[in-house]
Amino acid sequence: MTATTASQTATWVDVCDVSDLEPDAGVCALVAGRQIAIFHLPKLGEVFAIGNYDPFSHANVLSRGLTGDIGGEPVVASPVYKHHFSLRSGRCIEDETVSVPVYPVRIEGGRVQVQIPDGEKRP
Amino acid sequence: MQRKKLVVIGNGMVGHHFIEQLVQTDAAKQFEIVTFCEEPRLAYDRVHLTSYFETRDPAKLALATEAFYREHGVTVHLGDKAVAIDRAHKIVRSEKGVEVPYDVLVLATGSYPFVPPIPGHNRKGCFVYRTIEDLEAITRTAEESRIGAVVGGGLLGLEAAKALQDLGLETHVVEFAPRLMAVQLDEEGGAMLRRKIEALGVGVHTGKNTQNIAPGKFQRLKMEFADGDELETDLIVFSAGIRPRDELARQAGLEIGPRGGIVVDDHCRTSDPDIFAIGECALWNGQIFGLVAPGYQMARVVVDLLNGKEAAFTGADLSTKLKLMGVDVGTIGDSHGRTPGAHSYVYKNEHDEVYKRLIVSPDNRKLLGAVLVGDAAAYDTLLQYYQNGIDLPQPPDALILPSTEGAPAGLGPDALPDTATICSCHNVTKGQIVACIDRGVVALADIKAETKASTGCGGCAALLKSVVDAELEKRGLEVKKDICEHFPYSRQELYHIIRVEQIRTFDELLEKHGRGLGCDICKPAVASILASYWNDYVLSDKYFKLQDTNDFRLANLQKDGTYSVVPRVPGGEITPEKLITLGEVAKKYNLYTKITGGQRIDLFGARLEQLPHIWKDLIDAGFESGHAYAKAVRTVKSCVGSTWCRYGVQDSVGMAIFLEHRYKGIRAPHKIKMAVSGCTRECAEAQCKDIGVIATEKGWNLYVCGNGGMKPRHADLFATDLDDETLVKYIDRFMAFYIRTADRLQRTSTWLENLEGGLDYLKEVIIDDKLGICAELERQIQHLVETYECEWKKTLENEAVLKKRFRFFVNAEGGDDNVVFVEERGQIRPATPEEKHRLKGIPVELEEAS
Ligand code: SRM
Ligand SMILES: Cc1cc2nc3c(=O)[nH]c(=O)nc-3n(C[C@H](O)[C@H](O)[C@H](O)COP(=O)(O)OP(=O)(O)OC[C@H]3O[C@@H](n4cnc5c(N)ncnc54)[C@H](O)[C@@H]3O)c2cc1C
Ligand code: SF4
Ligand code: FES
Repeated sequence: MTATTASQTATWVDVCDVSDLEPDAGVCALVAGRQIAIFHLPKLGEVFAIGNYDPFSHANVLSRGLTGDIGGEPVVASPVYKHHFSLRSGRCIEDETVSVPVYPVRIEGGRVQVQIPDGEKRP
Repeated sequence: MQRKKLVVIGNGMVGHHFIEQLVQTDAAKQFEIVTFCEEPRLAYDRVHLTSYFETRDPAKLALATEAFYREHGVTVHLGDKAVAIDRAHKIVRSEKGVEVPYDVLVLATGSYPFVPPIPGHNRKGCFVYRTIEDLEAITRTAEESRIGAVVGGGLLGLEAAKALQDLGLETHVVEFAPRLMAVQLDEEGGAMLRRKIEALGVGVHTGKNTQNIAPGKFQRLKMEFADGDELETDLIVFSAGIRPRDELARQAGLEIGPRGGIVVDDHCRTSDPDIFAIGECALWNGQIFGLVAPGYQMARVVVDLLNGKEAAFTGADLSTKLKLMGVDVGTIGDSHGRTPGAHSYVYKNEHDEVYKRLIVSPDNRKLLGAVLVGDAAAYDTLLQYYQNGIDLPQPPDALILPSTEGAPAGLGPDALPDTATICSCHNVTKGQIVACIDRGVVALADIKAETKASTGCGGCAALLKSVVDAELEKRGLEVKKDICEHFPYSRQELYHIIRVEQIRTFDELLEKHGRGLGCDICKPAVASILASYWNDYVLSDKYFKLQDTNDFRLANLQKDGTYSVVPRVPGGEITPEKLITLGEVAKKYNLYTKITGGQRIDLFGARLEQLPHIWKDLIDAGFESGHAYAKAVRTVKSCVGSTWCRYGVQDSVGMAIFLEHRYKGIRAPHKIKMAVSGCTRECAEAQCKDIGVIATEKGWNLYVCGNGGMKPRHADLFATDLDDETLVKYIDRFMAFYIRTADRLQRTSTWLENLEGGLDYLKEVIIDDKLGICAELERQIQHLVETYECEWKKTLENEAVLKKRFRFFVNAEGGDDNVVFVEERGQIRPATPEEKHRLKGIPVELEEAS
């Protein structure tokens, strides 16, 4: 698992309204200087948040990828070179050694909130 | 042990096949092999010589490689001709002065084209059709010619005529006999073939005895016939039969047939027991075989004998199936019905110009021969009845009557015995193919590589495929065509489901016929089908989530996450005002500009949030989306055509613009490119497009299924001299049929190559309306044309979409700070990661390493 989800001291950051999310697709949020891709998959009744940066193309594009599943694992496909990343673990399906950060995300009172580990904030 | 010397004279198809077979056997160890090759290159595929006009690449035809010979210790004297055989001392001498002793000598000298001794036959502009050099010379002369004539209306003559026509010449065939293909076809068959070929615009002159070739008044040459007629032409190709090359053998005192040919016995031995002759130079039982398969059989007989095995050449079947100028012709066995007591069944259809005849044994049980013109679909089946002596169904005419629905009459591959020969060139039986599949080799290409079946003349390709398919099916090994793990269907099947059940959304399809969430394969594929069927707005809520980012943002994603913008420039024609606008827009938003390979201008480096602004400016200036982001019609390239060009014969720009407007925006399994050239010089390169149109004096020639890109393919000529209306009708039907039946991301070129029945079938569907669906296909395109809207225009009118889908952050203004440009050659380009690091000091790589 990615280190970020394990972090103990963390705050929930308010991001946007649930209605701002795109069902079955992604949006990009700017949270504490980071680009975070947030996906809403109504069929699973879940919201996922991962880093927006695609380590293969070095571009901030994952929120613009197509969502789906591979063998039941929810994934997003990078729009540049089509690598798939698990929305649960951030792991790249084609290359196990590569992963993107995963962030805890929740819906509170119709608002989407993401948890960013403290001390990892970028200037 | 001293190895014996084996010399092979002639490195043509048969000489090479002999060596190739021999080196794989034990006998190879006993021999030191030397071969003389008169031509400047090693053996090549003469059977497919004509394809040289398409590829112009001798390597594509090569059968032998120097590496192969080297590896097997075979010495080749390339470009050196054997000029004498000294039988007393058992030595071969060459033109370059090489002397090689032999213990065993194999003559594989082939044949030469017969040129009738007509006065003037070697004037400039006269050619034969046998080697790559011949074709190169013909091509050069054709460039400065308008008319071409072929002397000889046999198989080869018609093939040469086709080539001349493809080279853009007005083509004539001159035949001495009263009909075409007199050797193979009976009178009715010949007449039918003539009508079909004339319909293709080739002049056919039968019963013409050429007496003199003189300089012409209007063209380079004038052919004068015995009956007083004349024909002016710039170029003449002689294809009046072949003569065995027996000069060496003759000189060496070997027995020669009364009309030429090196006499051989059942072991392919000449009158000198140490000398064999194989291939087209050998005369067996008073016969010369002008086909490659019997030559290969002879080669194998000699290889067996050298290995101490018993083997004999027992004659060969001269059945042939060919496509002559797009006309299917097949002849089997005794096609003239000369067997005493034989009788015939004839089917003749003057409307579709089909002629079929069966020649049957007196007891009505065995097939003795057949003639098929215009429809040779029954050939493979009939050949099996003939070759394997299978009892005919009763009544036998069921085999040639048109099948009314349901399974075609005839033999399925299952009915063939294991001993049935599938490929006669390489003598491969059904049993060998089955054994190969049993070993786990199931891909057609691998089966071909392993058994060599279908790698000779190629005539058995369809039969081989049907045998393989049937065998795979039996084993439950049917090759899966499922689009992805979410749908157990091919794209074509999904298309039908959507059409039949009138499905309008991905979710509905997934719920009824799929599983899971879908993925980046099935979603865009289904989006494309829905779009080409319903033509709803692509960014509507139900569609946008299916689109790849390109379709999703109506622009092309670049490596740094920015987009490119390609406005439509129909036919490549653009006003100065519009050019200025493009420049101004690019300047205003600081975009990189480049002229594309598709005759338009691409603006790069647009940020997501800039797209609507850029498009507003463009649309205000009268531009439309160029759909560069979509699997749809891209551009219709044009040449300047008759409006300006001194050679143009039609308004190619006008037609290109018309076509581009008609088909713009239509979603397809893959992108579609078109081009229109104003004359045969083809400056618009229409023959490498999915749809190519070339102007003729009388209208338009339509080419289909060309491809540039990764695996270039020249388009096939589909129909000639069409008027505007028919041209558009055929393209409509073609587009709709492609959309309906192609696989996901299958360009028209690969689609055609995988379409059973190939080009002929496509013609039947589109020109003859064989499936009765043309009206529906046209309606579908008409619907798409009528419901076209510029997606960008529509998007700009849609505040909600703009606000939601064209901002970078859902919760903040601004854009991606990882997009950094540097300047190069006076314009922007994306910075490299190192440059970014230097310029901005952002730890881009480090952050994600956590
Ligand atoms: C811009 C352009 C190159 C240029 O600077 O000239 C271009 C750029 C791209 N081409 Fe191309 N092709 C461009 C003309 C061509 C041509 C030439 C032509 O059309 O005459 C060809 C060969 C002709 C053909 O397609 O048969 C061509 C063959 C390809 C192929 C290979 C297709 C194939 O079937 O072999 C691809 C890959 C694919 O589509 O899968 C491709 C894919 C691409 C993509 C979409 C790759 C990508 O996904 O990023 C590029 C995106 C363009 C963009 O961002 O705007 N491009 N591409 C040309 C745009 C023409 C236009 O105005 O629309
Ligand atoms: C355009 C065309 C289309 C054809 N289509 C078909 C078809 O569809 N189906 C089919 O079955 N057949 C077809 N054929 C016929 C087929 O190509 C021949 O049957 C086959 O090539 C015969 O092989 P071969 O080795 O006997 O002769 P070749 O292939 O002619 O080889 C003989 C070689 O020996 C060389 N040679 C001759 N004398 C000497 C010497 N003294 N020293 C050194 N070298 C010498 C010649 O230069 C030549 O390279 C076609 C032929 C042509 C030209
Ligand atoms: S194809 Fe013909 S009309 Fe068009 S530019 Fe070339 S020569 Fe001129
Ligand atoms: S019959 Fe010629 S390749 Fe098979």
